[in-house]
Amino acid sequence: MSNKVKSAALMGAVAAALTMTAHVAQAQEKEKCFGVALAGQNDCAAGPGTTCAGTSKVDYQGNAWTLVDAGTCMEVELPAMMDGTERMGSLEALDRDLPQS
Amino acid sequence: MSQTAFHHALLDATRPVPQNLTDGMGRPAGRRYAVYRNNVAVSLSEALATGFPATAALLGETNFARLSARFLRQHPPASPLLLQYGAGFPAFLDGIDGLGRLPFLSDIARLDLALRRAYHAADARPIAPEALAALDAETLPAARLHLAPAVQLLASRWPIVEIRAYALGERTAPPASAAQDVIVTRPGFDPLPLPLPAQGFAFAAALRSGMRLGDAVTQCGPGFDPAATLALLLANGAIAAIDTGGAE
Repeated sequence: MSNKVKSAALMGAVAAALTMTAHVAQAQEKEKCFGVALAGQNDCAAGPGTTCAGTSKVDYQGNAWTLVDAGTCMEVELPAMMDGTERMGSLEALDRDLPQS
Repeated sequence: MSQTAFHHALLDATRPVPQNLTDGMGRPAGRRYAVYRNNVAVSLSEALATGFPATAALLGETNFARLSARFLRQHPPASPLLLQYGAGFPAFLDGIDGLGRLPFLSDIARLDLALRRAYHAADARPIAPEALAALDAETLPAARLHLAPAVQLLASRWPIVEIRAYALGERTAPPASAAQDVIVTRPGFDPLPLPLPAQGFAFAAALRSGMRLGDAVTQCGPGFDPAATLALLLANGAIAAIDTGGAE
C-alpha cells in the first residue's frame, strides 16, 4: 500500500472512530455527593492504606460522600432533620450530621 | 539488640521475641513486641485483601488469608506506601501449586493491581475526539498519541473482565470462554476495565511506546482497522495529548 492510500485509510478510520464514539459505552460522569450516605456506606475506592470507605458513623454524615451520576446530587431525596429543616446533598463537605466526638 | 534481629523476628512468629526490649520505664517489653508482630501481619494481610478484591472473592476468605500470610512473609513491603503494596502478588500466585482449578487467578490479580494503579495515577485532561479528526492527511500518520497516566494495558488468555465482574457479583451470567485483552481507563473518579477489540492491545501498546500513529497501524498487520480501538480510547478519556512534532 502506498503511503497516500495508507494515510487515506487512517483518515477514514479516525472518522469512523469519531462516529463510533457516540455509541461506545461511555462511563456516566460521576460526582462526589456529600451528606447522602447511610452510616457505614460512604464511598472511597482508594484501596489499601486508606481507611475512608464505609467509615461514616451516622446517617447522612455531612463530610462523607457517595459517587452519584453527575447532576443528580441535589435531587437525592432525604428525610428532613430532627428540627424539621430540609436535608440536601451537596457537592462540598457539610458541617451537619457530624458524629459526636 | 540490632535492627536486623528485631525485623527478622517480626515476620516469623516461630522466632523468639528479641531480648533486651524495654519500655519507657526500663521494664522488659516482650509482650508489646508480640502485639506489634501480630499487628504487622494483620495489617499487611488486610491490605492485600483490600487491594485484590476479585482475587480474594475467587479464593474465598480462608484460602486467601493462607496465601496472603505466606506472601507477606516472603515479600514484606519495599516502600512505606501501603497503597502500592502487593505488586509481586500475581507472580507469587503463579508459583503456587494447587491453584490448577483457577488457572486465570494470577491474571485476575494483575487486573486488580492495574485498577488500583489506575486509581492512584496522575490526573490528565483527555483530548476532545474532534481534535484527532482535525488533523490533515499529512500530519495524522506522523502524530504520536500520549496515553493518560491512568491507562493500564493487560493481555490475557482468559476472559478476565467477565471473570472479575462475576467474582464480584456484578454479573450473573457465567463468563464466556474467549480470551480478553484489557485496557483500564479512568474517565472520571473510578477506573474502568474494558475489553479491547482484536489487535487492540498491540495497537495501544505501540501508541504507548511512542510510535507514530501510521507506524502503529502498519505493525498490526495489513487487515487491521484501528477504528474500534481509537473509538474506545477517545470515548473513555484515554488519550491525554496529540504530539504533532516535526519529522525526525
